Amino acid sequence: MFTPEMLESIRKVEATRPARMGMEPRRMTAEEKDALLRAYHPDYRTDGFAEIQIGPNKGQKAPTELRNLLHSNSRLLGQDIDLQKIDYDVDVLVIGGGGAGAAAAIEAHEAGSNVMMVTKLRIGDANTMMAEGGIQAADKPGDSPVQHYLDAFGGGHFAARPELLKRLVMEAPDAIQWLNRLGVMFDKDTEGNMITTHGGGTSRKRMHACKDYSGAEIMRTLRDEVLNRKIPVVEFTSAVELIKDDRGQVAGAVLLNMETGDYLVARAKTVILATGGAGRLHYQGFPTSNHYGATADGLILGYRAGVPLLYQDTIQYHPTGVAYPAQIYGALVTEKVRSLGAMLVNVDGEAFMHPLETRDVAAASIIRECTGRHKGVTTPLGSGVWLDTPMMEEIGGPGTIEARIPAMLRMYLNYDIDMRKEPILVYPTLHYQNGGLEINGDGFTKTIDNLLVAGEAVGGIHGRNRLMGNSLLDIIVFGRNAGKAAAAKAKAVDLGTMNLDHIEAYARELDEAGITEPGVSPLLLPRYARHER
Amino acid sequence: MEKLVNVYFYGKRYEVPADLTIMTAMEYAGYTLTRGCGCRHGFCGACATIYRIKGKNELKTCLACQTQVQEGMYVASIPFFPTDKRTYNIEDLRPNQQVMMELYPEIYSCIGCNACTKACTQNLNVMQYIAYAQRGELEQCAEESFDCVGCGCCSVRCPAEISHPMVGLLARRLTGKYIAPEAKHLTERVEEIHAGQYDDLIEQIMQKPIAEMQELYNHRDIEK
Repeated sequence: MFTPEMLESIRKVEATRPARMGMEPRRMTAEEKDALLRAYHPDYRTDGFAEIQIGPNKGQKAPTELRNLLHSNSRLLGQDIDLQKIDYDVDVLVIGGGGAGAAAAIEAHEAGSNVMMVTKLRIGDANTMMAEGGIQAADKPGDSPVQHYLDAFGGGHFAARPELLKRLVMEAPDAIQWLNRLGVMFDKDTEGNMITTHGGGTSRKRMHACKDYSGAEIMRTLRDEVLNRKIPVVEFTSAVELIKDDRGQVAGAVLLNMETGDYLVARAKTVILATGGAGRLHYQGFPTSNHYGATADGLILGYRAGVPLLYQDTIQYHPTGVAYPAQIYGALVTEKVRSLGAMLVNVDGEAFMHPLETRDVAAASIIRECTGRHKGVTTPLGSGVWLDTPMMEEIGGPGTIEARIPAMLRMYLNYDIDMRKEPILVYPTLHYQNGGLEINGDGFTKTIDNLLVAGEAVGGIHGRNRLMGNSLLDIIVFGRNAGKAAAAKAKAVDLGTMNLDHIEAYARELDEAGITEPGVSPLLLPRYARHER
Repeated sequence: MEKLVNVYFYGKRYEVPADLTIMTAMEYAGYTLTRGCGCRHGFCGACATIYRIKGKNELKTCLACQTQVQEGMYVASIPFFPTDKRTYNIEDLRPNQQVMMELYPEIYSCIGCNACTKACTQNLNVMQYIAYAQRGELEQCAEESFDCVGCGCCSVRCPAEISHPMVGLLARRLTGKYIAPEAKHLTERVEEIHAGQYDDLIEQIMQKPIAEMQELYNHRDIEK
């Protein structure tokens, strides 16, 4: 279903393919990468950001859409919520139903805690479910956690918090083993060796995968384990505010039944925010690869309660989102496509970059090709470049695509595009929130000692850019650690009198900062419904 | 002027642009989705949908996020289906035929109608993976069911009341845990780390100044 212009360009891609098969494009130097990012990465577009005027990060910038949610009041402001009527009373409250939340709940349960999960959609409706490419761990001879550290630290522009990154890489093999023992079906050869590939910016082949359903396979296994353990999961119920006590601790959350509109009170000795990312805020108008509920709710709840953000101004645009057809615009095309040999090629059939640069560099390079050099392919919604998928079949042999990336093949076949025979059109899509709430090595926030954060809502693990396969890893490593730490901490917590004073204090701060028409947050769900009036 | 088509959500007609998916068409019509919408990219199974084109007899199943609207489409979403998941402790199970007989005995009531396969939104051979499960061929069941997103359309259509996605899930967990051979390099690396073999090295790299890290990073060798 390609346009005539696209078909003409495909012929050029096919013409250059034999010559490209044997060559490896040069990797950019550090200086070239810096210059490229400054000129073309969306993080450097000043008009996409605004200054935060209140709270711990006052004076710093954030994406405008996030800043506006931070400059908003609680939906509970002025509401009379009876905190004495307690609907749920637990040791550990996990907010969020993705991979980090599920891993935390399993470990808290394993530690003997009375743990409960709440999630505004269903357990498993999360970015974890949609992660395709894989999960990193340095578990092969010739690789080491130290090498993994170097790759991630450099890929993240030397900004990762060392104590967090250390945990990520040192506990990675253990995370894979834990998942494997739960029954996750990793791609293995007949001897049991993990089949591993490169990701952008890796120096060793340490990407473990479950075809291109890596996150789905992990998530459905974790969900099954949560259900087998009979851990209560309250679905279609969002946390709209943290409850604090008169000792400065967190004491639970006010919940909202998404279907009835009723408020509920959950009291907890420790709370884990595992609310995920923010793709559905569509920063700078980008489409997103994220799930429906990715609206940064946990960042808002945490910030309003006084927890600082870290690197909230750095966003990951996945270089290869779907540019065409319109029905799947912005959907993720896994990096594994490039790991398995597909090149990025412009309208004239030229390979304009090494396919395995880090994500920020690759995204900026594609944007440059389309907007700076005008070598993109025009699409109904903008432009894109080719990802030369037939190369995968030539390199790996016929059947490679069906065996290794069946989800991608299926997604395109729905629209009569056979990526085994024709290349596909891609453009960067809003993919990941590099920043988030700041935690210490054990997962606790630095301002409230019984509040923990895990998963994409955390800032600082990856620095200012994240490598492929390190997010599935971080949700497991930091999710498990948060669950264990929260269970242990809960034994020592003595809660005082619960209150919501902080939301009134926040309203006063907004007022004093001259923010006269604040909105209401967290957003909970994006506003996609079209209303004519 | 963009092309419009008539679609019917729960029997009510709406005129929507022809290039939308069922999901985005519902939003175009003014629906704010809470149920029946998850990842929006075909991985989570939240948006199981059943439809029939006006004038045609055939009843079709699909994912609303992955299916384009058509003229005369009568659409009903199935945001929840009471799939019957059995609970178990995976540590107590063993990968044999017995486990399926005990946990999901209804699979032996399959009448071979193939309605599950026909209903599969992922085009999986569902009846075949149930047959593998019946025979205790868990690895084949796991492979054949691997791309399942758990939308439940198969179970909706099954006259034998089988919860197919749950059967596949059990087979996959048993395969991943017990049948697939152990990754020895993984076991060894975990032991090395627990024995403290990397403790000094990681502390050293954590202490290095940024300039030295940049040098190391920019000149590291990359495995071919």
